[in-house]
Amino acid sequence: MEQTLRRPGREFLEGMRDGVPIAAGYFAVAFSLGIAGRNAGLTALQGFIISVLNHASAGEYAGITLIAAAAPYWEMALTILITNARYLLMSCAMSQKFGPDTPFFHRIGVGFGITDEIFGITMARPGHLEPRYTYGAMLVAIPCWALGTALGITAGNILPVRAVSALSVALYGMFLAIIIPPARKDRVVLVLVALGFAASLAAEVLPLVRELSAGSRVILLTLILSMGAAALFPIKEEEGGEDHVG
Amino acid sequence: MSGNVWIYIAVMAAVSFAVRVLPLTLIRGQIRNRFVRSFLYYVPYVTLAVMTFPAIVEATQSPVAGALALVVGVVLAWLGAGLFPVSVCCCLTVLLAELLLVH
Repeated sequence: MEQTLRRPGREFLEGMRDGVPIAAGYFAVAFSLGIAGRNAGLTALQGFIISVLNHASAGEYAGITLIAAAAPYWEMALTILITNARYLLMSCAMSQKFGPDTPFFHRIGVGFGITDEIFGITMARPGHLEPRYTYGAMLVAIPCWALGTALGITAGNILPVRAVSALSVALYGMFLAIIIPPARKDRVVLVLVALGFAASLAAEVLPLVRELSAGSRVILLTLILSMGAAALFPIKEEEGGEDHVG
Repeated sequence: MSGNVWIYIAVMAAVSFAVRVLPLTLIRGQIRNRFVRSFLYYVPYVTLAVMTFPAIVEATQSPVAGALALVVGVVLAWLGAGLFPVSVCCCLTVLLAELLLVH
């Protein structure tokens, strides 16, 4: 089988390499998150632990706001569920990329590592999901996220605003590098990406929809556009993660 | 703060973990339904597209710098540049643009 051709060590290193731009972007975002945590009265250690366990910007930000507001625990649970619900969808998509021979515990390890970015680079790899690649990226990106949070709490303003502003687009640059090449090859994906941009802009302006949280808008638009595309342009049977065909 | 911070942290962690791991552990086999397979195939592209724009324009101090970074990123990715180069060029674009635009 193809397993024998793979070199696990190399895949781990490739994951670490692709984790570097993620880590750079994370650091900037986590840093500003840390400043919010500082205002909420969290210690650096608490911020670090929250970030290692959650590694989700919107979810953590909402969580920190609720801690500051001394909200009830059930409200915390519900808010985290809603702000992180897109990971539910990503986890479903990832389940289809696992090879039949990959041991079960990797589903827990890889699942724990799901973030927008780590999901993106993991799904962009051809063939079955290689857990070691994802672990490599996690190992570089998540500690940086947690350190950024802790540093934001201890030293709110050591990073100049210009640097934070520049670093804040690192993640979006990566997203573009993930979605644009397939869009060039597949016209349906190209139209979907363009529609995604337009719909996302519209959702920020339109009444009612703009009242929703950013996380809810992402879920809503993803559901509508992906379902529409699936109904109108169903994939050929060999697509969808089975890149070794042909 | 009246609630216990450590309980808040535990609740956050438990829900985050469940949301990420449950579908992966419950859906073990290949889904046969063609609609569902197509839907899941399109999900990553749509999610990432929706999250990128207009957020990239709003993340920077100057929206113009963010818009320039978007254009640079799209062009470089179209030409086949990898994750890291695209990402770094977007950051540099913002840095340079804001040196001129933001005082």
